[in-house]
Amino acid sequence: MAYEIVASLCTGCCACEPECPNEAISEKKNVFVIDPAKCTECIGHFDEPQCVAVCPIDHTCVIDKAYPRYEVTA
Amino acid sequence: MQSTIASVSTQEVKPLEQLLEKIADHKGCGTSSEGGKASCGSSGGPVDMAPEVWEKVKNHPCYSEEAHHHYARMHVAVAPACNIQCNYCNRKYDCANESRPGVVSEKLTPEQASKKVLAVASAIPQMTVLGIAGPGDPLANPAKTFKTFELIAKTAPDIKLCLSTNGLSLPDHVDTIKGFNVDHVTITINMVDPEVGQHIYPWIFWKNKRVTGIEASRILTERQMLGLEMLTAAGVLCKINSVMIPGINDKHLAEVNRAVKSRGAFLHNIMPLISAPEHGTVFGLNGQRGPTAQELKALQDSCEGDMNMMRHCRQCRADAVGLLGEDRSAEFTTEKIDEMSEVVYDAATRKAYQELVEAERSEKVAAKEAAMADLDVTDIKIMIAVATKGQGRVNEHFGHATEFQIYEVGSNGSKFVGHRRVDLYCQGGYGEEETLPSVVNAINDCHAVFVAKIGGCPRDELKAAGIDPVDRFADEFIEESAISYFKEYFARVCAREIVHVDRGDADIRQGAYSAAA
Ligand code: SF4
Ligand code: SF4
Ligand code: SF4
Repeated sequence: MAYEIVASLCTGCCACEPECPNEAISEKKNVFVIDPAKCTECIGHFDEPQCVAVCPIDHTCVIDKAYPRYEVTA
Repeated sequence: MQSTIASVSTQEVKPLEQLLEKIADHKGCGTSSEGGKASCGSSGGPVDMAPEVWEKVKNHPCYSEEAHHHYARMHVAVAPACNIQCNYCNRKYDCANESRPGVVSEKLTPEQASKKVLAVASAIPQMTVLGIAGPGDPLANPAKTFKTFELIAKTAPDIKLCLSTNGLSLPDHVDTIKGFNVDHVTITINMVDPEVGQHIYPWIFWKNKRVTGIEASRILTERQMLGLEMLTAAGVLCKINSVMIPGINDKHLAEVNRAVKSRGAFLHNIMPLISAPEHGTVFGLNGQRGPTAQELKALQDSCEGDMNMMRHCRQCRADAVGLLGEDRSAEFTTEKIDEMSEVVYDAATRKAYQELVEAERSEKVAAKEAAMADLDVTDIKIMIAVATKGQGRVNEHFGHATEFQIYEVGSNGSKFVGHRRVDLYCQGGYGEEETLPSVVNAINDCHAVFVAKIGGCPRDELKAAGIDPVDRFADEFIEESAISYFKEYFARVCAREIVHVDRGDADIRQGAYSAAA
């Protein structure tokens, strides 16, 4: 699974963008989006997904169920 | 530089006066952009302020009570991200408590921002200060904040730079702040005790983790105190903002005042919590109330013995352009800025304006001192509400006022103690009956109201409420007039024509100061 940003909740504050260790987050028409191909759920980098931890609006950065759980490939 | 000054003749100064008049005329009954408001207080250098500090702040509209009659600041919104959460803040909308717009309001790139600043500075010579205050925390967006400073410092070195921060990442940036010659930093400090802080800050983002509860406030206060100490050591002026939240930190703010003073803060600004359910903040939604005017003044008075208090803060919108309380931002929208091809920075005109202002300011101080000369000694103090659109004069119609300056007058002279926002009384024929009681409530603690002009109907109603409507000081200097009114008042008390009574409390209007563009 990757994380996704609920566009209707996102304020476009950009707090998440620089925190992402994988540069998976970018701006699109005033809101921010996560590239599921790049998101590793922060596994291997941090204990908490950074976008979730820094986002001022609860339930804006959420698990995207369309993708399988990220696995660390050895 | 010398030659530029010499080449500006008095003729060339004229257009500036016209521009000022234009700014003042810009407002009127029924129009929505209300210009020219400014508040003011003390005379020259305050007795309790070090001369080198006064030199730095005297032209700064946010720091000197007197300066923001004449000088203006602007803020640019280049810093949308924040690293903490406050219970009085809803990040989506304009924040009524901190001077900052909501994230959804205008957001500028550093390049757009610097272009806007230069355009505004050339059109409005009284613009001397640029601030970055959000919408988030400028130091949670260091790259954007400092890029903006860099661009402006290059073209317009005479513009003072300032920034506001919650302090969490302040210690990491003190060297850069010093490097840009930023001489004013505002830190919002609402507590020095994490027990208190946990009711204000639900979480902080710290070292790649979301930290909650007491721990969050423990880290925050540690960082704030460290940042303040480092700034003082680096010679950067530091102002503290505190939001007064009844039942949460109202009793605690005296301790905050001592803590920040001992670490070298030069000014402490206690602002009332602005809280209403429609703001969507935690405090707004759970019914946390803000303080009354009397509660706020009592706290400010009790802290004043300790250090300079700032009472003219209007919690104005961070992206506002103009003198405090006046907003010309509609003339400088992002679209219009983008359309401007090349902005030529007009340094000479700015210099000429600023010299004009200095002359007017000395005249005002002299007038006040002359009026003070034969003041009798008494314990009686009265409060006076003043309708003004700037320049330290009584020059606004009662019906056009969107706020009143409040002065306290006694045998020690006159002192600016705050301002009260009101809804426009005169809306071109409608709504008058509804708004008058709210105007009366807002200035109910005053004995008199000074206006340039007032209609017969509101005059009678003010009298009925025990407030003396006074229009004979139209266009006179405020403080000189306040002192002569007090002399007459006191003489009538002595002659037993009237009995002096203290008046009641007054309302603080809820809602951010944001004049519709
Ligand atoms: S969970 Fe981590 S990796 Fe995925 S988008 Fe958020 S910050 Fe980036
Ligand atoms: S931190 Fe949250 S609100 Fe801000 S841009 Fe990212 S997703 Fe949107
Ligand atoms: S520091 Fe300012 S922007 Fe950040 S949450 Fe608090 S009030 Fe809002």
